[in-house]
Amino acid sequence: MAQVTLRNVVKEYDELPAVRGIDLDIADKEFVVLVGPSGCGKTTTLRMIAGLEDITDGEILIGGDIVNDVPPKDRDIAMVFQNYALYPHMTVHENMSFGLRLKKVPNEEIKRRVAAAAGILGIRELLDRKPKQLSGGQRQRVAMGRAIVRNPKVFLFDEPLSNLDAKLRVHMRTEIKKVHQKVRTTTVYVTHDQVEAMTLADRVVVMNGGLIEQVGTPHELYHSPATIFVAGFIGSPAMNLVHCGLEEAAGALRVRLTDEISFPVPAARTVRYRAHAGKAKLLFGLRPEHVTENRAHQTANQIPFEVSVEVTEPMGMETLVFFNLNGAELCARTNPSANVQPSARTTLLADLSNMHLIDQESGRVL
Amino acid sequence: MSNGVVQAARLPVSRRRSAGRRLARHRSVIAFVMVMPLIALIALLVIYPAFYSLHLATLNKSMERFVGLGNFSFLFKRDLFWMVIKQSVIFALSAVVFKALIGFVVAHFVHNIPAKGQRKWRGMLLVPWVIPPAMSTLAWFWLFDPSYSAFNWVLTRLGLDAVPWLGEPHWARFAVILVNVWYGAPFFLIMYLAALKSVPEQLYEAAAIDGANWWQKIWYVTLPMMRNIIAITILFSLIVTFANFDIVRILTNGGPIDQTQIFATWAFQLSIEGGDIPLGACVSLFMFPILGVAAYFILRDINRRGTEA
Amino acid sequence: MSASLRRERRSALIWSYVFLVVFAVIFLTPPLYMFITSLKTSAEISAAKLPWWVFHPTLDNYSALLTSETYLTFFRNSAVVSLVVVAITMAISIPAAFSLSRMRFWGSAALATGVFLTYLIPETLLFIPLFKIFAFVQDWTGIELMNHWWILMLVFPTLTVPFCTWIMIGYFASIPKELDEAALIDGAGYLQVLVRIFLPVALPGVIAATIFAFTVSWADFLYPMAFATSADQMVLPAGIVSTLIKGDVFNWGQIMTAALLGAAPPLVIYAFLMDYYIAGLTAGATKG
Repeated sequence: MAQVTLRNVVKEYDELPAVRGIDLDIADKEFVVLVGPSGCGKTTTLRMIAGLEDITDGEILIGGDIVNDVPPKDRDIAMVFQNYALYPHMTVHENMSFGLRLKKVPNEEIKRRVAAAAGILGIRELLDRKPKQLSGGQRQRVAMGRAIVRNPKVFLFDEPLSNLDAKLRVHMRTEIKKVHQKVRTTTVYVTHDQVEAMTLADRVVVMNGGLIEQVGTPHELYHSPATIFVAGFIGSPAMNLVHCGLEEAAGALRVRLTDEISFPVPAARTVRYRAHAGKAKLLFGLRPEHVTENRAHQTANQIPFEVSVEVTEPMGMETLVFFNLNGAELCARTNPSANVQPSARTTLLADLSNMHLIDQESGRVL
Repeated sequence: MSNGVVQAARLPVSRRRSAGRRLARHRSVIAFVMVMPLIALIALLVIYPAFYSLHLATLNKSMERFVGLGNFSFLFKRDLFWMVIKQSVIFALSAVVFKALIGFVVAHFVHNIPAKGQRKWRGMLLVPWVIPPAMSTLAWFWLFDPSYSAFNWVLTRLGLDAVPWLGEPHWARFAVILVNVWYGAPFFLIMYLAALKSVPEQLYEAAAIDGANWWQKIWYVTLPMMRNIIAITILFSLIVTFANFDIVRILTNGGPIDQTQIFATWAFQLSIEGGDIPLGACVSLFMFPILGVAAYFILRDINRRGTEA
Repeated sequence: MSASLRRERRSALIWSYVFLVVFAVIFLTPPLYMFITSLKTSAEISAAKLPWWVFHPTLDNYSALLTSETYLTFFRNSAVVSLVVVAITMAISIPAAFSLSRMRFWGSAALATGVFLTYLIPETLLFIPLFKIFAFVQDWTGIELMNHWWILMLVFPTLTVPFCTWIMIGYFASIPKELDEAALIDGAGYLQVLVRIFLPVALPGVIAATIFAFTVSWADFLYPMAFATSADQMVLPAGIVSTLIKGDVFNWGQIMTAALLGAAPPLVIYAFLMDYYIAGLTAGATKG
């Protein structure tokens, strides 16, 4: 069983905290992604799991055993680096078999395992080449092959796609997912790209400033962010956030954005939000995908409102519409056929069933 | 499974896991052990003798009595001492300046020709630096020979007077500097060539668009980018040239009449040939403060540039 | 490219070649002259008809030297000393450079700069106290240090180790740390990382340092002059200068031959391994 557990793990570099106490339970065969901005501590955490960094305090368990003092080579893990870290003086075959050769695995076994891994990754023809003869994508696959061949308890990925161009990145993302389905091994994957996180993970761990903001499935993180950071981090373009007021009038709650614009709070949320009515420093959150062009057929929670458009960005499949409200620049995703024009007033439709209310002081989503 | 829970900031942890630390210290120990032989070598055969020479300089000729600064005051009163200082400084400064200039200029020429040919030329031009200086200086000695100089042969054929390369003080000084420059310029060439290659081509293109001619490109693009390597090579060469022994010893042995005497050759004559070790030590020691001052200024300049970047 | 630009480039190219030829001639004349002289008989040298050409080439000088006991002793001494010093230098420098460039520990940065600064204390300062120290140790312990060529094996490393360490630190630092980490995760111990991964990749830097150490040991002149007085204890440069330049009459043919043969080993090594040599020298340069 290859579950990974982190208990109150802390990492300080000369009194400067990089990781400030995180707890995490990763189940066997689970694909977990650590995501967050630069400096949030995700790579440090990964390296502590690998044994490449010492743990200042706390415990890390792999497969139920505490591994704090166990050197990397005895942890039965494999790692794919951002720069691939292929041994330049060895062929692809030798690169992939290095770990097995160190353990004195018999040659027949080595050949079999390398061939199997090469087959999964589609690099069979490259086995006799040297790294410098390979393209970026091929090198990345060899790096993964090196990890697969060892059949470890845990795979660790350190931003493996950051050095690839955009198209290749999308392709390799799919490859990694396919590999995980074939080789069901516990995986911890670090990236700063939230799209990678959302598409690859069974569960996503959002980190910020050395702490975990939220752990959840991509769906949970998207629909029920717990903090303002997670709300703003997940989803692209980012969630619209506007200062607002919460008014109660005749038993009904309304969210007021400006003097002219206010929305009725959906019935399902009234109970939850009532306690916060009248509070100062509230933020209204609504994702751009839930702000669309005005439509003839509207559901109960879809409310039209008029804005002055600043800029439009035609993306082909949709047109992004940018407008200002209450000092904030907001975004709507509209159908191109609606033909929204810049520097014009237009009516947009807000789907309030997906609204969020955020307490700015605590940073929590209500 | 934690779900949607925000971790509250932990209280500062005062208790430290000693086990993890053990691994780290273990690595530090290995690292230190690996450097020990180097430190031992330098401490025993460089630093200790350097201090010992300070002690030696305070003894009398037979090394039985302590005479304090007697050797130093003796030297200060001798004209030869001041001449040696002047000659050493002039020798080092002029030689280094020429070496750097020639190295810089020739590096440009090599850089200009297509890459395939560069290797050949580079190989040929580094030869002076590869030949042991004592051997090549012998060749120059032969080229400068008063009776058989091949150079003089050419000069007389052209109707000019033969030059007393090593016999006349000014020519002797010139000869010594010439040989040193011949020997050392290739080193600068190689270093500057490598540095030239590391200057991004785009900077030159931007300068060209801004209207710079070749001289301005060198002044505003090349030189600033090469500041560090220029400083390091000059410092390194100043030290090595200032302390030079081989060339002067073989060519002129300090002559004629001590007109090419520099610190190293004079110290050698006094101590090994003359048997006065403390006096020789005294002379050698004077190199150190001069070198130290030069090193200080140049290194300080490097560090300042480093923080500017 | 416009016509004027092309013309400009072409004239720059022509001028470059012109100057390169000039400098090549300047740089290569002395060794060439050594070679020419080495083929001359004494008679031809004194006749001095045309110094720059050989009319009656002879290999007498070569055969005389290659059969001379003294000269061969010089050669042997030089070879043994140089090879041993190279081994000692590598044994000290490689671990030191590895440690200083890749393993963080307290004082490692200061030490790395300090290594470079030892060159501030040149051999021309040290030879005197060392002379005295060796004499003292010899009196005290009876170990024959003075006037024996193997004392050089002790002092030459002070010339080679600092620079070789500096070269290799520069080279090692350019090898990404992830390579070591990948090997560690693959299951290698520290020694295996050094030998199976690191050294093969760092080989060019190591080769350059080796060449440099050999060349410096072979060429050093001051220490042998100071520490060895009898001919059979000398190494090549000092030996040639002291024995062949005696009195007023010099046998220039032989001297030049001796010098050329003495310069041969470094030149030959250079000819074969030139790229490593230059790469190693300049690796530290671009990092400063």
